Amino acid sequence: MESHASLLGPAEWAALGLSLKVALVATLASLPFAIVVAYWLAADKLPGRSLLDALVHLPLVMPPVVTGYLLLVLLGRRGLVGEWLEQHLGIVFAFRWTGAALAAAVMAFPLMVRAIRLAYENTDAGLRQAAASLGAPPVAVFLRVSVPLAWPGIVAGAVLAFAKALGEFGATITFVSSIPGQTQTLALSIYNQMQVPGGEHRLWPMVLLATGLSFAALFLSEALVRRSRQRLE
Amino acid sequence: MTLDLDLRLRRGAFELALRLSTEARVTALIGPSGSGKSTLLHAIAGIIEPSAGFLRWGDETWFERSKGINKPPHQRRIGYVFQESRLFPHLDVQGNLRFGMRYATPPRSQFAYGSVVEMLALGSLQQRSVHNLSGGERQRVAIGRALLAQPALLLLDEPLSSIDRAHADQLLPYLIRLRDDLQVPMIYVSHDPDEVSKVAQAVVQLGDQRPLFERWQKGMPD
Repeated sequence: MESHASLLGPAEWAALGLSLKVALVATLASLPFAIVVAYWLAADKLPGRSLLDALVHLPLVMPPVVTGYLLLVLLGRRGLVGEWLEQHLGIVFAFRWTGAALAAAVMAFPLMVRAIRLAYENTDAGLRQAAASLGAPPVAVFLRVSVPLAWPGIVAGAVLAFAKALGEFGATITFVSSIPGQTQTLALSIYNQMQVPGGEHRLWPMVLLATGLSFAALFLSEALVRRSRQRLE
Repeated sequence: MTLDLDLRLRRGAFELALRLSTEARVTALIGPSGSGKSTLLHAIAGIIEPSAGFLRWGDETWFERSKGINKPPHQRRIGYVFQESRLFPHLDVQGNLRFGMRYATPPRSQFAYGSVVEMLALGSLQQRSVHNLSGGERQRVAIGRALLAQPALLLLDEPLSSIDRAHADQLLPYLIRLRDDLQVPMIYVSHDPDEVSKVAQAVVQLGDQRPLFERWQKGMPD
């Protein structure tokens, strides 16, 4: 009989730790971009809006394997951009945890942008007009009014993206494969375990863990959105 | 300083034509709802873009369709006191008051923080959240905030209308003090003749410009 402590073995703990690291880095690195892109999409005057909108949402509707393959073609070691990045900046994504973070960021980006955009759209345009009337140029209106007012929504979007990044599978396995300790996140580890005959008993703790983490993140995100609505009323 | 304008403004399905020239320190814009009072203030502030005409303040042109001039709001040096205050909910009273100060360049430092706070009796409110201010207090903060941005022209859009009668009477002396103590010209929108007679020096009456059928549908208001 297995003891309680060994429900998760060293390999599973490593997968969990890697997942958290990958998801955290993916979320924090893409957040500044999401804040700007969402504002662009929420403003109705700026050019190129529909094109940007479609581009941002592409990973949401494309087969993840296609997204992963495109990442590989672009950013793999022999990829169009990947080769240049390695030669000039020494940055390698292929088959590294950084690649897993990039894949997770790309897949979670639409969700993050949507949540932040909603937060912008819920803020009062009258307050931006007031700020402009006080002499604030557009960038200052953005930084001193729009972002602070949308902040709870921005945090909610980040938490949602974190949850999505934590569970990302298709694009990740295609782009960086499933290397234990390097790119094998919790989701990939579960999939891997499924391939092992009679491995179900080691599967369940990870399945419960993944479910619990996702649920907690969604719950937190929803609570933040509710709080932000109350605050603005 | 002269405010000189001749503007066409699209509003919904029809166009509003407004012409105005005033040199008075306090010009009141009165007229029934639908006469375009608030729309005109929005156009002066640059929040909406007229479809034709020109708008000049002193020797500055803020808008001129034929020359392609349309200065954005933050370059017009206006102070706008909105009907509903529009205080920033994420800042306290002091944060609201100081918001526009950094954009006022040195030659424009007519109003010092201390004297504005004193004139509008805001001393005890400075650390307060804007969420638990009364209607009158909110408008005083909004006026102070507009003044501290060092405007060349102050626009007031029915500043007393969102406040109940008793509090409005308390705010009125502040507006009169504003008129007498400051060198800032004001455009004051109101529908209350009593209020206007107490504050304004010149009165511009705007007519109901809505098409006849729409007035008829709404049963000829005011």
